[in-house]
Amino acid sequence: MAPHTEQLTRSAAVQLRGLTRSFEDRTVLDGIDLDIPAGQFVALLGHSGSGKSTLLRAVAHLDHEVVGSGQLTAPERVSVVFQDSRLLPWRRVLDNVLLGLDGKEAEQKGREALAEVGLKGRERAWPNELSGGEAQRAALARSLVREPELLLADEPFGALDALTRIKMHTLLRELWKRHRPSVLLVTHDVDEAIVLADRVLVLDHGRIGLDLTIDRPHPRSYRDPLLGEYRERLLAALGVTEDHK
Amino acid sequence: MTTSASTSTTTTGTTTTTLPAVAVTADDGPRVRRRQRRRGLAPGKPWPASRLVGPLLLIALWAAASAAGQLDTGAIPAPWTVLRTGVNLWTDGTLTTDVLTSLERAAYGFAIGLTAGVTLALASGLTRSGEALIDGTVQLNRAIPTLGLIPLFILWLGIGETFKIAIIAIVVYIPIYLNTHAALSGIDHRFVELAEVQGLSKVQFIRQIVIPGALPGFFVGLRLGVTGSWLGLVVLEQINATSGLGYMMFQAQNYGQSDVILVGLLIYGVFGLLSDTAVRLIERRVLSWRRTLSS
Repeated sequence: MAPHTEQLTRSAAVQLRGLTRSFEDRTVLDGIDLDIPAGQFVALLGHSGSGKSTLLRAVAHLDHEVVGSGQLTAPERVSVVFQDSRLLPWRRVLDNVLLGLDGKEAEQKGREALAEVGLKGRERAWPNELSGGEAQRAALARSLVREPELLLADEPFGALDALTRIKMHTLLRELWKRHRPSVLLVTHDVDEAIVLADRVLVLDHGRIGLDLTIDRPHPRSYRDPLLGEYRERLLAALGVTEDHK
Repeated sequence: MTTSASTSTTTTGTTTTTLPAVAVTADDGPRVRRRQRRRGLAPGKPWPASRLVGPLLLIALWAAASAAGQLDTGAIPAPWTVLRTGVNLWTDGTLTTDVLTSLERAAYGFAIGLTAGVTLALASGLTRSGEALIDGTVQLNRAIPTLGLIPLFILWLGIGETFKIAIIAIVVYIPIYLNTHAALSGIDHRFVELAEVQGLSKVQFIRQIVIPGALPGFFVGLRLGVTGSWLGLVVLEQINATSGLGYMMFQAQNYGQSDVILVGLLIYGVFGLLSDTAVRLIERRVLSWRRTLSS
């Protein structure tokens, strides 16, 4: 955690007050206020360099060397899914899922988590025997097995092909429904945000430019015309004007 | 100036319009056929016992040349002469003693060098204070040719076993230290983040991430160290020994027994090959998670 960041008393799952982070003399996050209620699925959109990863890393306490101020509360159990699966190549899949845990009970949970993400039977495989999608499933299992109150995902599907990504969207949504952690999903993909999240934030110049609640039932289809409105509002907030005539 | 500028624009103009069309027509057909024939860039399945093919071929050539009388038997005796000499030396017991002496030296030196190399690399790779104390010192030691230390070590430790083992240990520890240290300090930053996210303790982080991640580097150093131990041994035993394989060869040189010299060289070679193979086997077992070109 960056210095000068006090812990707030715990109420909402995530609470940010005046969160500021800067690199050199460039302010990346400029006094962000944000509450994420427990169990909410939030997507964070923004251009590259808009500070969305910085925000996620701050919440994950991964920004030791970054100058910053403000107040931040996050739950005890936080899991992070990175863009790369970040599996240790010298540990078998199950041992990767169990990284940092030990005991028979943990192993049982690890097996269940792998089954949940559709990797039953691959427990003894080496990470470099997995496809990109499978590796990312294993990474999801690794984050699930700790029963997180908050799941942080930094463009977790960015490196996957389009078909695999759609399957992963369904999987992530299912897992969320079953375990109900709060989710903060960082993405640059507007459609991904709309299909998955109940609330979409747009980060612009270090501030939250748009906070949009998407009140549509799940599962959502990419072709749902009603989602088009949300898309246009989000694209406008991102400074993209769509010319579809 | 104006003419050259105008010509350059016309040439670029023509090439840009013609190039794509030419490329498509000329390349399309052959490219498809080439793809079908393609066998992949990996060198294919390894041959069984492929490492023995080269040495066996060399021995065959040697035998053929000897049989044809093409070699001066005083300089290079025939393989069967060397073999007979080897058997004779073995049965009268001198060879056994010399081999055991040499093996003992190599083993002691190697064991000490291995322990020192790994311990120093861990101390220097895992702690800042260790790095400050150790790394520069080892780099300095590396810059001094170890075999150049022989005269000094003889003065300090006498001409007995101690100085020989010390020299071999130094030859062994340096590559092991360098490679292990580089691997330890070059740990992928993404894995450091992962360890933090997963809430690993410092000890868990070192045991589960840093050390397994450094093993490939350690094995590179280990193989260099094994080779180094034999290299050191050969030099030491040829210059400053009163027993051992090198001593046996040195004596043979005085009496012009080239067959005995060859017996010594062959034994060194066999030991070198065997120890390297042993390290490779261990490496393959320990690093079985790596699917490389050679597996």
